[in-house]
Amino acid sequence: MSTGTVFMPTRHYLNDGYGIRSWLLTRDHKRIALLYLAAVTLFFFVGGAFAVLIRLELATPAGDFVSDETYNKLFTMHGVMMVFFFLIPSIPATLGNFLVPIMIGAKDLALPKLNLASWYIYILGGLFTLYALIAGGVDTGWTFYTPFSTVSSTTNVIPTALGIFITGFSSILTGLNFIVTIHRMRAPGMTWFRMPLFLWSMYATSLIMVLGTPVLAITILLVAVERLFHFGFFDPRLGGDPVLFQHLFWFYSHPAVYIMVLPSMGVVSELVAAFCRKQVFGYGFVAFASVAIAVLGFLVWGHHMFVAGQSVYSALIFSALSFLVAIPSAVKVFNWTATMYKGSVSWQTPMLYAIGFIGLFTIGGLTGLFLASVGLDVHVTDTYFIIAHFHYIMVGGTLMGYLGGLHYWWPKISGRLYNEFLAKLSAGIIFLGFNLTFFPQFILGYLGMPRRYHAYPPEFQVLNVLSSAGASILGVGYLIPMLYLMWSLRYGKLAGSNPWGAVGLEWTTTSPPPTENFAEPPVVTWDAYDYEAQVTVES
Amino acid sequence: MADVTHHPALAHQFDSLAQQSEATTLGMWVFLVTEVLFFGGLFATYAIYRSWYPDAFAAASHELDVTLGAINTVVLITSSLTMALAVHAAQLGQRRVLMMFLVVTMILGAAFLGIKSVEYYRKFIEHHIPGPSFEFEKAHARHAQIFFSLYFVMTGLHAVHMVIGIGIMLVMLWLAWRGTITDEYYSPIEISGLYWHFVDIVWIFLFPLLYLIGRHAH
Repeated sequence: MSTGTVFMPTRHYLNDGYGIRSWLLTRDHKRIALLYLAAVTLFFFVGGAFAVLIRLELATPAGDFVSDETYNKLFTMHGVMMVFFFLIPSIPATLGNFLVPIMIGAKDLALPKLNLASWYIYILGGLFTLYALIAGGVDTGWTFYTPFSTVSSTTNVIPTALGIFITGFSSILTGLNFIVTIHRMRAPGMTWFRMPLFLWSMYATSLIMVLGTPVLAITILLVAVERLFHFGFFDPRLGGDPVLFQHLFWFYSHPAVYIMVLPSMGVVSELVAAFCRKQVFGYGFVAFASVAIAVLGFLVWGHHMFVAGQSVYSALIFSALSFLVAIPSAVKVFNWTATMYKGSVSWQTPMLYAIGFIGLFTIGGLTGLFLASVGLDVHVTDTYFIIAHFHYIMVGGTLMGYLGGLHYWWPKISGRLYNEFLAKLSAGIIFLGFNLTFFPQFILGYLGMPRRYHAYPPEFQVLNVLSSAGASILGVGYLIPMLYLMWSLRYGKLAGSNPWGAVGLEWTTTSPPPTENFAEPPVVTWDAYDYEAQVTVES
Repeated sequence: MADVTHHPALAHQFDSLAQQSEATTLGMWVFLVTEVLFFGGLFATYAIYRSWYPDAFAAASHELDVTLGAINTVVLITSSLTMALAVHAAQLGQRRVLMMFLVVTMILGAAFLGIKSVEYYRKFIEHHIPGPSFEFEKAHARHAQIFFSLYFVMTGLHAVHMVIGIGIMLVMLWLAWRGTITDEYYSPIEISGLYWHFVDIVWIFLFPLLYLIGRHAH
């Protein structure tokens, strides 16, 4: 299809003010998205640095590179940085912030000041956590299990916990803003079932953020109070129950996995439709699958406690409920595949990431079923099998979707195209590096290598060396996009409004969009992904 | 667009004041849902420990001052009434009445906090604050400590919410004083009222759960 003449609009959100104040005090959701993008990227590389150190230590069986205590801090800080400061805000706060108002045809989010406030809250939480890191780190694991975190650990539990507590509010406010915006700001004609599936997944994600995060907040607060004032909530010596902490913690932290992966699923729905030039197969099923995952996600937390002294009956119920989550997840995978079937698939970079996501998420999801089975879970609990499983979901899933989305909307965000060859190359490197890093960990875990140890028996070395080698390839794969995306900001070819020939309101406005997103307020008279109609009109 | 009808309080992203007010009201409701979950974690903890240690909880509960708790309940319910009257005055555009009710609401809120600090002080004197110096003469001292841990965290967080509420009322008073609030634009007062009533409702649950358990046996 024709993309029209390619030009750089004279006025857009990027040249609407240049000073530092025009960024730090902006209310424009697009600029706030870029503020988040910068911060999230920073935390990603901080978290990545810890991963590098972990893999260096594990290259040899002996604990020779760092001490066991340092190693405890390394994996804790890696987890804290990646989970709370990268994965959870990654897609919602960057792509979501940029796209939610544009995709529904609004001028901005409903509450722009709150949106800016949420960024500052995020940064404040990040500073607390960075302080904890510089002041000597924390060694409890990202899960802060009691009574170790409240009684035994002598490291910076309070500053880290405070950082996570504060950052949680940024997550709550982002979710709140999206819910209000999607309810109240849709353009005329933009009905719920005309919304792109990315918005359905953002809405489902927001529900989890709003309902789950406060429970984590109160749990962290109780840990802090117990640690500071010796109030007994979880300490068995004071009559408390450490397993109660695990219940409260996983009530948030299991749904949090869906905060990470649902947005990626939304991105993949957009990518598959755009690069197969088809309506997503079973739109309604995919939309409701997002909501179903959000709802069921709140009912499965007990599968983290199969070995923690939970009753057999509740373990069985949690196991059954965990199996249920596989249904909406599988619905999505089948529907994406069905969309690709007989579609005119083009193999551009975002589509490579989408296909990578589908494959890796499937492996991550199916190994999740191993862990939902009570008996098998006992065998692999706290082994590298778990590590491999959740990295397939979080890195193979979330990060693939994030990078795919970033590449897909980068021309819209920046107005320029990146180098397609380098982009495809790095997508391939990331896919290979990822599998080399994490697939051996499934085997290691099944063979019985426990997580969170800095030394291991020599027979595990070959697989660990493979994993460390994969990690170095993966690291290179992440650096290349940084370079060519930055390069494209100045030297990239102009993108034009619609470089992919995709449908959706975001492609009807200029690249980059004007400050209030559209020259004329849009009126929607078509369904999402109406590629068939487009073909009819043009032929 | 006809800028003649553009209300000064209308933010650029909205088409009309009605849309703006609907959006901010929904935002506050969603926030209150968050708050329900926030306190919900505590109520769940309370429910579990009370079902495990019912006798300890009843014994510890008897140490609380029901009279002061009841007075505080009345004070808080009255403040909700004056808050509702403030919203009513705002809808009618009665600026002075609005300001008066906001002030009365703040005074009642402060009275609540005053009475609460008297209670806290007494608990301090009686060594009922959990921790190394905790003392409890009756049986179940170890589990009574969990009750007091919950008591202080729950009422403490509630008090923090009251302090924030009074802060919000100060801002509302300032908005009313400089004439921003009119009979066309009063949603800030309305959503502040939602928050105030919510904090009130939390207390309505806290009072019986903390002060009144095991009373029927005596």
